[in-house]
Amino acid sequence: MNLLRNIFLRREAGIAVMIVLFCIAVGAVKPQFLTLDSLRIILLLTPLIMIGAMGQMLVIVARHVDLSIGSMLGFSAMVTGMMFKFYPEIWWPVGFLVSIGIGAALGLLNGVLVTLFRLPAIIVTLGTLNLYRGLTYIVSNAKQIDRQFVPSALKSMSQTSPIFGIPWIIFISFGIGLLTYGFVMHTRVGRQIFALGSNPIAAPLRGIAVNKVTLLVFTISGALSGLAGILYASRWGFVNPSNTGSGFEFQVIAAVVIGGVSINGGVGTVLGTVLGVLLLGCVAAALPLLGIPGTTQSAIYGAVILIALLIDRTVRQQGIASLSRARA
Amino acid sequence: MTDTSTSDRPLLAARGISKSFAGVEVLRDVDLDLRRGEIHALLGENGAGKSTFAKIVAGVHRPTRGTLTLNGMPVEVTSPIVAQSLGITLIHQEPISFPDLSVAENLVLGRADGGWLARVPWAEMTRDARRLMDLLGVRIDVTRPMRGLSIADQQMVEIARALASDSRLIIMDEPTAPLTPKEVETLFAIARRLRDEGRTIIFISHRLEEVRALCDRVTIFRDGNKIATEDIGTLTDADIIRLMIGRPLREYMHKQGTTIGDVALEVENLTLPGVFSDISLTVRKGEMVGLGGLVGAGRTDVARAIFGVAPAASGTIKVNGKPVTIASPDAAIALGLAFVPEDRAVAGIFRTLPVEQNITAAVPGKIAPGGFIRGAVEKALASDSVNKLRIRLASLRQPIGELSGGNQQKAILARWLLTDPTVLILDEPTRGIDIGVKAEFYDMIGELAASGRAILLISSELPELLALCDRVLVMSEGRLTANLSRAEATQESIMHAAVPGAASRQGVAA
Repeated sequence: MNLLRNIFLRREAGIAVMIVLFCIAVGAVKPQFLTLDSLRIILLLTPLIMIGAMGQMLVIVARHVDLSIGSMLGFSAMVTGMMFKFYPEIWWPVGFLVSIGIGAALGLLNGVLVTLFRLPAIIVTLGTLNLYRGLTYIVSNAKQIDRQFVPSALKSMSQTSPIFGIPWIIFISFGIGLLTYGFVMHTRVGRQIFALGSNPIAAPLRGIAVNKVTLLVFTISGALSGLAGILYASRWGFVNPSNTGSGFEFQVIAAVVIGGVSINGGVGTVLGTVLGVLLLGCVAAALPLLGIPGTTQSAIYGAVILIALLIDRTVRQQGIASLSRARA
Repeated sequence: MTDTSTSDRPLLAARGISKSFAGVEVLRDVDLDLRRGEIHALLGENGAGKSTFAKIVAGVHRPTRGTLTLNGMPVEVTSPIVAQSLGITLIHQEPISFPDLSVAENLVLGRADGGWLARVPWAEMTRDARRLMDLLGVRIDVTRPMRGLSIADQQMVEIARALASDSRLIIMDEPTAPLTPKEVETLFAIARRLRDEGRTIIFISHRLEEVRALCDRVTIFRDGNKIATEDIGTLTDADIIRLMIGRPLREYMHKQGTTIGDVALEVENLTLPGVFSDISLTVRKGEMVGLGGLVGAGRTDVARAIFGVAPAASGTIKVNGKPVTIASPDAAIALGLAFVPEDRAVAGIFRTLPVEQNITAAVPGKIAPGGFIRGAVEKALASDSVNKLRIRLASLRQPIGELSGGNQQKAILARWLLTDPTVLILDEPTRGIDIGVKAEFYDMIGELAASGRAILLISSELPELLALCDRVLVMSEGRLTANLSRAEATQESIMHAAVPGAASRQGVAA
């Protein structure tokens, strides 16, 4: 009973149920939604969001927010793409180091602005969202990196598979999820991130180096955006100064919040975040299948996110209430 | 003052400790020796320096001058973490915790073993936490999150944390203020056990009877100076109060010569199922009626029901003889009711707003005729109140959170006086207020009654009820159990009615 109760009260259970119900509902209209093929489509829609969400989860748990991830993705993808274009002799995996390194540097800058000048993260990253996007236009001269410049080995990471026909890129994203899980659950600094978000005033009194931890979460968020940047080039085969990464922050923050990460800090799980990402993936895959025109998809996408949050909130509150009644 | 042998050597010796904040000296040349295995009270009004001294010992503040010697070795307590490693733990009144982390994690957080990427030893952590809880004899599931634990339990977790780092000196800063009497008992039992193990406890409290019940020695602070350190047995309460405020305290004065007039508030058979039932009471103009009882007896709920915060399910309320329906505080204010709530931090003040806005918050009509706030009117009203009630502040534009507790409370009283209420309900108005300000507060309440207002005073402090009130009502488990005239009311008669089971359970019409 206790075990059941704990499972029921877990936020993750609610999201899992929502995913299943959503898939059944769509499958009832379009049976082809419930095939392995469409699972592949769903999974291919999610790796970038998954990677971004892991970083964003850490930032939000620490009671901040990072709105600049889409621009960090765009900038690091652009610089990496230009490296491919102008220095094709460089061994292509070096691109990973470049993209992740640039992302980390941009994230570190966010962190410095937040810690050193005590500015609210929402303002800082709103500023750098524009700043980094602007820099992307400047370095690229507003020109796209076309398909022929992206190394085909990189592009094939999104198509070829080591096993089960699942492309490398999906393994990478789940690998990042596992790493994040180990980091938050089993390292001292991982727990300090939760402590900091749970009570920022008490954190220094318990010997938590608040500034260092804050710098760390923003740097991780940047580094993961950088990783998502080069994987964008892999997935889509091009880098565009205005489209690449645009709106990324919206999808990622939505996934993280649906996944049960509290915007008030201190609360969040990797599993919940992964499920949040998958729910978004299902919705994104279902909309075109249901024949909903592109012009309406955005509105429906937003509405679905709000509905998911509402259902979760009500169901959970009622669940808790009925359980405490049963107990009394 | 010279220490001769190891056993006589104090655990902690403070010499010449001084502290200034922004040029203002709040602590001057304090010398203090703490013995092994004693419970040592620090007494003084707010701002006397006792908390500052405790925080210096605990590494929260650094002294401007002076030295600390621990076990004969000079020490620099540069941070709470250093303090912890020296075996000194400060337990805050509202314990500092991480609500989203588990109890066990809260216990070990801050232990400085291992680097950033060191593994978190979950199993070991949980086992240790359970052992500590067993040691203290408290039943708390250590895997549950801190959020939702009672303050008493949170304090227990803090004490467990002190034991986890084997603290020899445990500082408790007003630990009993938010506790129920039973929880206080438990806390005292544990404190005594820790003392008997040879640990030293610094106990900061406003309540003399608690200091007397628990402590071995007492040090009294006034205006940043240490005034005296004595064995508790050698001082009478009057001595202590005289040392604390530097002058003998006047007896609390009962208002005199007030004529008690018509019934201003009449409540009949007020019932809110599961909370209180069949509450009937009257308060007349110029009358001060006390409402006593134990914490949780439902007194605050009755007040909230009368004021329309959480209206009762059945029963009638009459104001000035007319039956009224009060569905919201708005309606109550319009009828001339005012309610100064119990927990001012939560329900009373707007912490970050200026004092003047706090004072005028209940009279939007007066400061904003036609919907636009007139700054001059607001300022005039507020500064008038500040003078009348002798509220001490730097500026009317100061955020109210910066004022001392007593002055915050005065500002809230000022807010309600501006509404010119007929009926004033005060819920524990003097909790956590200095003795000096308290006396002022009593005078003010007395004057209010004398000017013909009806006052319902909820208080857990028996001397307060006995000194101030014309009548004392007592509640127990949601029912009125006594209606005592001033002559009948004694500590015994009130407690007899307040303790469940001690009195007959018949409802009392008041």
